[in-house]
Amino acid sequence: MIPLSHVLALSMILFILGIAGFIIRRNVVTVFMCIELMLNAVNLALIGFARYQPSLDGQLFVFFVIVVAAAEAAVGLAIIVALYRNRGSLSIDEVDSMKL
Amino acid sequence: MLAIFYMAAAVAVLAAMAVVFQRTPVYSALSLIVVLGALAVVYLLLDAPFIAMIQVIVYAGAIMVLFVLVIMLLNARPEEPTRGSRFAHWLGVPLLIVFLGEFSYLIFRRFPARAAPSAADASPEAIGHLLFRSYVLPFEVTSILIVVAILGAVVLAKKQL
Repeated sequence: MIPLSHVLALSMILFILGIAGFIIRRNVVTVFMCIELMLNAVNLALIGFARYQPSLDGQLFVFFVIVVAAAEAAVGLAIIVALYRNRGSLSIDEVDSMKL
Repeated sequence: MLAIFYMAAAVAVLAAMAVVFQRTPVYSALSLIVVLGALAVVYLLLDAPFIAMIQVIVYAGAIMVLFVLVIMLLNARPEEPTRGSRFAHWLGVPLLIVFLGEFSYLIFRRFPARAAPSAADASPEAIGHLLFRSYVLPFEVTSILIVVAILGAVVLAKKQL
């Protein structure tokens, strides 16, 4: 049987790689994909805890997270398309009009 | 079983590194699909077959197709490193490694290896029962959220904002 700590360690490594990509990458689409990576890391932790509880509620949570991630991807990518149309660039350094 | 878990975990971590350290967005998207597939294998090993299928169909299927489509539509080229990204490299990566060390120390101290309890029945039937009995309200709210998201996506992607 897989030890819970190993599942959590995998989840943590994926989450930290997601954070690293979020701060290093400068392309909006890649940054968005790193957010998806972090969501998946959290899903993995939820599934691991659900296995050791044992209950199905953790799996239901993951189900809802996936549905919300689908909605988020649709809106987020529409925002990226609108952004590209207005700025002609995908770099997040160019999107700073709300900066003080 | 443990060997399959370690293999899937290694594939997931390597592909996640490819997502993060790749300059070209298309390659990042394809690596992310590999991560999602490897995670589906891990879900199967953790007795969550329904979630594994949803992961492959919805995540690797629908969401990633959307990502690849947008990347190709916008013709995203490899990015150039800027001052900000170099700063994030030199300051962020060591800090994240410290964070990783702290976190793994806590995880291995807090969750020592113990025998897993026998698995709950995770068939699609059991999940459906739970979904349509205890979780009806969240389910309906999510359907409203999906409708709003579709409308929002259509409005945002229109020619004139």
